[in-house]
Amino acid sequence: MQSGTFHTTYAADMALRPYWPQRLRIALVLVAVLVFPWFADRYWLSLANTIAIAAIGAIGLNILVGYTGQISIGQGGFLAVGAFSAGLMAARLGMPMWITVPIASLFTAVVGAFFGLPSLRLKGLYLAIATLAAQEIITWVLTHGKLLGIGESLSIPRETSNIFGISMTAIGNPDFAFYWVTVGCLILTVIFVSNLFRSRAGRAFVAIRDQDIAAQVIGVDLFRYKLLAFATSSFFAGLAGALTAHYRGIISWERFTIDTSILYLAMIIIGGLGSVSGSIYGAAFITLLPALLSNLARLLSGAVPQINSYLPYMQQGAFGLAIILFLIFEPEGIVKMWRNVKDYFRLWPFSY
Amino acid sequence: MEKLVQLTMSGVANGAIFALVALGFVLIYKSSDVINFAQGELLLIGAYLTYMTVEQIGIWWPAGVVVAVLLAAVVGVLIEALVLRPLIGEPAISVIMVTIGLSSLLRAIVGAIWGVTPRPAPQFLPRDTMTIFGASVGVDKVWAIFLALLLFALLTLFFRFSREGIAMRAVADDQQAALSMGISVKRVWAVAWAIAAVTAAVGGILLMSIFGGVSGSIARVGLLVFPVVILGGLDSIPGAIIGGLIIGLLQSYAGGYLPPELGMGEVVPFIILLLILLVRPYGLFGQRFIERV
Repeated sequence: MQSGTFHTTYAADMALRPYWPQRLRIALVLVAVLVFPWFADRYWLSLANTIAIAAIGAIGLNILVGYTGQISIGQGGFLAVGAFSAGLMAARLGMPMWITVPIASLFTAVVGAFFGLPSLRLKGLYLAIATLAAQEIITWVLTHGKLLGIGESLSIPRETSNIFGISMTAIGNPDFAFYWVTVGCLILTVIFVSNLFRSRAGRAFVAIRDQDIAAQVIGVDLFRYKLLAFATSSFFAGLAGALTAHYRGIISWERFTIDTSILYLAMIIIGGLGSVSGSIYGAAFITLLPALLSNLARLLSGAVPQINSYLPYMQQGAFGLAIILFLIFEPEGIVKMWRNVKDYFRLWPFSY
Repeated sequence: MEKLVQLTMSGVANGAIFALVALGFVLIYKSSDVINFAQGELLLIGAYLTYMTVEQIGIWWPAGVVVAVLLAAVVGVLIEALVLRPLIGEPAISVIMVTIGLSSLLRAIVGAIWGVTPRPAPQFLPRDTMTIFGASVGVDKVWAIFLALLLFALLTLFFRFSREGIAMRAVADDQQAALSMGISVKRVWAVAWAIAAVTAAVGGILLMSIFGGVSGSIARVGLLVFPVVILGGLDSIPGAIIGGLIIGLLQSYAGGYLPPELGMGEVVPFIILLLILLVRPYGLFGQRFIERV
């Protein structure tokens, strides 16, 4: 039983996961992640891919909202920028996925920094409303995007989804192949972002969140770091968007409206603000909730035949209700609930 | 000229409705610092409740409208008591998010009860047209403007002379001072939500009769409330009214004079919103705050 923190070296003190039970848990999770696709069918693989992509986007949003304290209702727009820039590069120029995805992510980072410019003068609620405007403007550009050559939707040729020439359909079904891409990207994102908050920039982000004026007084360049936060956050939004484009093979603006922004905000609120693992839990929760409800409806449809016509409302209502209940009863999200469970066992039998 | 008059009239009519909705939004913000993303759903609820009382139950329409508006007020009070009150003192993002969750829940409830297919609205505003400066204009628009003005006048009297109204102004001015003078802040919040629900319901009913139908798209107007209140100033009631009219007119002119395939009417309010935020974030009439650490 662990009774305190007894580090004897600086390296141990600064480690991300200082204790062996934590490392054991990480190892177990990694093993589970590696083993899962060999046993899962296509339905579960596609759910896992959706969760992994959503988790990348949610981690990106969490950098901005949870760590830097800049509320953004524009994540859907930034996802759209990533998806459509990758999609256009693949569809028009025939560029392969391993080129389009990084370029699209970088491009989204630039667009995100541009829409972060209002943060020079705005904060809190006003900034939230400014990002709402960004979202609406991006949606409008996409719906009236004749100059971009997008119709109702954009389809991405399957053969562009390859990595260094290895096609996604070469090894088994595409869901299985994409699993390694999406989960690989997610793992890289997690490693990058976990370390980001041990760096100079990450510390500056947290200082801005906690008290921006005080941060400015001690020498944090507010404008620069706010823009950097917008750019980093949008980079991951772009990554998630670009992966969505290649994974789905067809994208339309309807996938990236303000409802999507709200979905991502809900993920980080429910998972836990300012927590990388929380973003993943939230992404899983928000993705699995409608899937579970539709499975439930299918089970009950024998007994209650009209349940299927109510399913969309049940899903939407459950989503709203989940947000409200979490905010009222556990505002720190799933990550706090999980920590409570861990604390209970760590302190047992002296849980006071 | 004819087009100008028509566009102006529909702009003013829409603007008056925006102003009504924005007014409720500003009231909630002033009294409890809550940014209400569910304002559009309050419109939706008002419209559908009226549809229920007048069309489905079949009450004589003036009575039906009154019943629907009262029911909307009850919904407003319930929302405040059940959802917003537990979150007092939580950070801004939580409060924003809870109203977003609320909007999703309310839309789901409305959808589950009445479905998504648009339904024909009960007709109570006259549908014929009248001639103003040689242009034919729908009488329902004139009625909408008139009713909105009437409601503004009533609310102005309420804030100036009634006990509740003065208490609300006191709480908006300084919550702690108001508390120490024996004003029940909880009661003020309940009244603010009730009024917001009522103004939104009236806005929803007017929109329903202008559109000639009721459907989920009415809730879209809830997003337009943001350009309106930012233009006018988040905490200014005159600002909400003037901002509503300006946004309504600009939207109408942009939709009418710019090429229709661009759909500029939808995006112009948000471009204005960004510009205002960059140039004058506290809006035309909003209060400037000095920040301290």
